[in-house]
Formats: sequence, structure tokens, C-alpha cells
Amino acid sequence: MLGVLLLAFSVVSVASAELCKPDAQNAFKVRLSIKTALGDNAYAWDANEEYLFKAMIAFTMRRYSSKSTTQISNVLLCNVTDRVSFWFVVTDSSKNTTTVPGSEVEAAIRMNRNRINSAFLLSDKTLQFLKISTTLSPPVEPSTPVWLIVFGVVLSLIVAGIVFLVVSGIQQRKKKNKESTERENLEEKGEVTITIENGIPCETLDLKAGHVNGVFAADDERFTSL
Amino acid sequence: MQGGFLIPYIIMLIVEGMPLLYLELAVGQRMRKGSIGAWKIISPYLCGVGVASVVVSFFLSMYYNVINAWAFWYLFHSFQDPLPWATCPLNSNRTGYEEECEKTSSTQYFWYRQTLNISPSLETSGTVQWEQALCLILAWLVVYLCILRGTASTGKVVYVTASLPYCVLIIYLIRGLTLHGAVNGLIYMFTPKLEQLSNPKTWISAATQIFFSLGLGFGSLIAFASYNDPSNNCERHAIIVSLINSTTSIFASIVTFSIYGFKATFNYESCINKVILLLMNTFDLEEGSLTADNLSEMKDYLMAAHPQEYAQLSPQLKNCSLEAELDTAVQGTGLAFIVYSEAIKNMEVSQLYSVLYFAMLLMLGIGSMLGNTAAILTPLTDSKAITSRFSKEVISGFVCFINCIIGLIFTMEAGNYWFDIFNDYAATLSLLLIVLVETIAVCYIYGLRRFEKDLQTMIGRKLNWYWKAMWAFASPLLIISLFIFYLSDYILTGTLQYQAWDGTQGQLVTRDYPSYALAVIGLLVASSTMCIPLGALLTFIRKRLKRERVSTVA
Repeated sequence: MLGVLLLAFSVVSVASAELCKPDAQNAFKVRLSIKTALGDNAYAWDANEEYLFKAMIAFTMRRYSSKSTTQISNVLLCNVTDRVSFWFVVTDSSKNTTTVPGSEVEAAIRMNRNRINSAFLLSDKTLQFLKISTTLSPPVEPSTPVWLIVFGVVLSLIVAGIVFLVVSGIQQRKKKNKESTERENLEEKGEVTITIENGIPCETLDLKAGHVNGVFAADDERFTSL
Repeated sequence: MQGGFLIPYIIMLIVEGMPLLYLELAVGQRMRKGSIGAWKIISPYLCGVGVASVVVSFFLSMYYNVINAWAFWYLFHSFQDPLPWATCPLNSNRTGYEEECEKTSSTQYFWYRQTLNISPSLETSGTVQWEQALCLILAWLVVYLCILRGTASTGKVVYVTASLPYCVLIIYLIRGLTLHGAVNGLIYMFTPKLEQLSNPKTWISAATQIFFSLGLGFGSLIAFASYNDPSNNCERHAIIVSLINSTTSIFASIVTFSIYGFKATFNYESCINKVILLLMNTFDLEEGSLTADNLSEMKDYLMAAHPQEYAQLSPQLKNCSLEAELDTAVQGTGLAFIVYSEAIKNMEVSQLYSVLYFAMLLMLGIGSMLGNTAAILTPLTDSKAITSRFSKEVISGFVCFINCIIGLIFTMEAGNYWFDIFNDYAATLSLLLIVLVETIAVCYIYGLRRFEKDLQTMIGRKLNWYWKAMWAFASPLLIISLFIFYLSDYILTGTLQYQAWDGTQGQLVTRDYPSYALAVIGLLVASSTMCIPLGALLTFIRKRLKRERVSTVA
């Protein structure tokens, strides 16, 4: 009797060892980076955490397909390393010798990734299922790009400034024209005195600081001709 | 921007910058005319020098405003959380990041793909990018707004564009020096590299930097000095201006290098962390067993313990080096955008620093553009034929419009390559030649003794022997040697090459210029340098004709 039990036990353990080993069919490698994620609050990975993991996978399978009757004992873990990485495989609940197809497991985990992550206080990057790629969430994009809005504001300010300056310049010039025609009319009547020097009104002598004296600045005579 | 830049910079400042600045200010103050008129007075055969300055300013204004367009683009994109260059965009089926972005960093991807949408070579021109075109039009509208009313309004704008960068630099100085790893950048900046000092390219870029930052050879200094009081002490002004200028440059480079050091340290540490992660994952080691300190010993141990797996892994294991990160010289104007946006994205409150930085860049760029357009507009407004028919606003608007239309070339997909052509060749050689001709003209054609006497009557003090030595010997000799180096470098390498962005590899590759690009380069250099001999020739012909006319009349 004892011998039969021993034999049965060894057969089961051999069978489970065959089912769960690195690169086995339908097996997945999991890698956790607890210290990276939690720093000082990191928990140690022990048998209790493994139990939780098995429970989460069983929960995932049940949630994915309502017909599933996966038990915690159906989830097999093996090759746990110090990195905290291990392989797991889900066996069929009706027959203990076959494994659930990998595609089903993958789909189930994809569906419930959030729940699994939050059970371990980790994220997609720190709890990695190596063969299952994550779908990344796209960034939130508003209907009009933000930069166009800012561009529009700045553009309207600049255009308003230009229009204002141009219009005020035209107005100033009109006023000056009116003033000069008024003054011409007054000149004809001889009522306004303008300082005149050698027949030229002083205002038009609008030179830069200092006058150039024509006697001393004759260009062509500076050098002896070539 | 290389480390150990200080020594060539300071030497060039003392030998070239200060003497030439004093020379230009003195010429303007003595001759009391703008650049074209002043050189005509020194010798009628030199009227081409002023024209060459105007041509160089014209080329500069054509391409420089594109930088402001890019600054606007980055500024507008800084109002998002997270910054758009902080993360890579997702690929079409959302399983990972864009392929091109994976191969290079997210900031380079943002610059090359989302800002420029650069084509793989100069030949494939592509279409005009409407976003960049909009930003360029906005930049030209801003410039038009500032120069609309002439030099009077420009003066008021310069108060803002000159003071704001100082405020931002101080903020960045405080932030930069407190960043982790900033010290590495500062050490790198102050250690001179002997092999770089022997490379003439370093000296040339230091000289070009001095010329550009002081504005030598553009004719604007002569024009401004001609408005000065004749007894103004331009010697003191020249020394003060160049000292303030270089102090600002050194101050700015301290800020730059501390941020550079932060970026390099950050990249170095991420590289180390990636290597650590890779090793931990492959060999299933416990977390925390591999740190930056014991990395090399652990690598040796692993290589001995598991040779096959380690050999499989070794192509992916990069040798992370802080020196290599500090040495990465990004080409051209990309430096200001890529390096800084990369550093900014890693700071806290990155939006604020981003807005400040690009606003500062914009102020500096607009300030430079104002000087350039003033240099073009002054000869136009001085000529009576044009001002009698069109008002000031119309002339400025016309100039801005023409430049904007030409500038649309730089917004095409291959536009950045054309920009690099203009940036490298439009001003550098011509400026050197103009400044050389100026120095030789004043010292040898006008006569150093005569100039010395003029200065003595103006300032009232005897000219120091230092200035005389610099003007007569040191500066021209240095410029001639720079010229010789430029030409010999070109002859030795045979053909000119440029850096093109290869999207498939995610890095820059070197290519040869096609023949029409070489023709454009030749045209750029020739059109400004040929003005000088052409001017002399025209004056000679005119004198000949006048003499013949006089002799026939007599």
C-alpha cells in the first residue's frame, strides 16, 4: 500500500516536473523586479507570495472563461531564482496531465493584467510575463493640438500690434502733411518767421552731429592721382 | 562646443576681438559715415568692402530667422504634460514604440522627424512643411513689428531682448549648478585638451565665434560709431564692450556646461543601469547584487563562470563611459535644441524650464535679426531715390516679405541641409576676408601714422604701442594663417561633405555634396568676396573714363 502511494506520488511529481520546466510547451516565464518598484518597502518573495500568485492565475483563468474550473493546485511553478523569476504552467482541471493552451492563458492574463499587477503592488514593467507583450496606452491627445492654440494667440497679438503701428504711422503722416500745407499757406502770407541761413531754412540742414566742411573734405584730392 | 574651449577663445579675443573692435569703432567715429562711405574715404578703391558687408548681412538675414522659427515651435510645444520630446510615440499597432525612435533617443526623434521631418539626403527635397512655414511667417512678422518704425523703436525693443536672457541665464545658473552631475561638465569645460589645441579647426571656430558675437565685419559697428560724438573715447568703449561680451559668453558657457554635465551623467547612469538589468535578467541574479561599483568585477566573474552565455550577450553590452557622453558633439544648431531639450526633460517642472529656455533663445535670435535687418535697411533708407517713392514701412515690409519667401526653402524636408550650407559658408570666409582688408587698408593704405594722428586729435591721448602692434602685424597674420588653413583643408579633403540623418539607422551619416550644392556654396562665397575686387575695378574704370573725358575736353 505504501509502495503504491509512493509510486503514485513519484509519478505525479515526475509528471508535474515534465509539465513545468523552462521552455516547456504552454509554459510562461515571469520576472518580478520588486526592489526596483518598491525600494525600501519591498517584500521578500517566499512561499506565501507564490501561493498568492497561483491564486491570481487561477482567478484569471476563471474570470476569462466562465466554464473554467481551475484550482490553485492546477497552477505549477518551477525554477524560482533569486532574481525572482520563475516558470509557470496551468494544467487542465479535468485531466492533470495536459496543460491549458498557451493562447488561452495569454488572453486571460491580458484581460486581467491590472488585477494581477495590483495584487503585487507592481506594474507592467516590474511584473513581466516574458512572452506576453503589453499593449501600451496611447497618450491623451486633445482635438486641436495645444501648440496651434498658443500659436494662434501669439499670431493674433503680433498682427494686432503691426496693424496698430501701421495705422498710427499713416495718421501721423497725414497730420504732418496737413501741418506743412498750413505752414506753406502761412508763409505765403508772410506771418511765420523761419530762421534762414544763406537762403536755406535751418530745419532742412538735418545732418549728423557735426557739419562736414566742404573745403577740407574733398575726396579726390586726398591722394596723389594714380 | 568642445571642452577646453576657453584658451583659444581668450587668446582670439585679445589678439583679434579687441583690436578689431577698436579699429572699426575708430574708423566709424573718424569718417562719420556708414560702412560704404567710410571705406570710400580711406581709399576710393575700397568701396567694395562696404558692399560686401551688406551682401553678407543679406545672406545672414535670409537663413537666420529659421532658428527663431524652430525656437517658436519648441516654445509652443512646451505647454504640454509630458513634454512631447520626453517619450517616444507608439507605433501603429500599439505594441511598442516607433522603430526610428527606438534606435535613437526621443529628443533626437522629435528634432529630426517631428520638427524637421528631414529627408535622407540633400537631393530628395520633399515638400514644404506647413507647420514650420507657419512658424517662419510668425518669426518674420515679429521682426517686422520691431523694425517697422525704424531705429528708434528698435532701440526700445533691444532693452527687452538684451535683458531678458540675463535673467533666464541667472535662473539657469542656479538650477544648473544644483543638478546632479553638473560638476562633471564644469571639470570637462575647464580642462584643456592638448590634441584639440593643436587642431586648427578649434582656433578657426574660436575666431568665427568672436567675430560673430562682436559683430565685426558686418558694417554695423562703423555705422553706429559714425553717430558718436567725435571726441568720444572709443578706446575705452572697445575694451569695455569686448570684456562684457566675453564675460557673458563665459557665464553662458558655465550654465551650458553644467547642464551638459547633468545630461551626460544622466545618460551614463542610465547606460549602466541598462547593462545591470541585462546581466541580472540573463543570469537571474538577485536584485541589488549588481551595482555601478562592482559592475566590472561581476562582469569578469560572470565571464569566467558562464562563458557561452556571456559571449552571446556581449554584443549587447555597451561600454558605458562618461567621457564618451561628454564628447558627443552634436553638429550645428541641433546642439541648442537636442542637447538642451534632453537635459530639460529630466528636470522637475520641465515645462517651466523649457518655456524659459526657448523664450531666451527667441530673444537672442530676434535681437540678432534686428541688427541684421538694420544693416540691410540702412543703405536702402539712406538712398534718396527709394525713400522719396516708398515709405519706411513699405520698404521694411518688402524686405521681410522677400526674405520670408526665400526662407521657405529652409522649411522643406531637405531644408536643414541647405541651412547648414548657409550657416557654414555664407558668412565665415567672407567675414575673414572683409576684416583682413579692413585692417590692411587702415594700416598700410591709409597709413598707420596718419590714423594715429587722427585718433590723437579725437581722443586726446597717444595711441598705445599694443594697438599698433596688433593692427599692423598680429591680427592680419593670424587671419592670413586661418585663411591658409581653410583653403588647405578644402584642397586636402577634396570634396565637401555634410552630415545627413539616416532614419533607418537612427544616426547621422556623412555624404558628399551634389554638384549643384557645391555651385551654390561657391556662389555664396564668391558673391560677397568678389565685391571687393569688383569695386576696385569699377572705380579704376570710372577714373580712367573721367581722365579721358577731361583730356578730350581740354
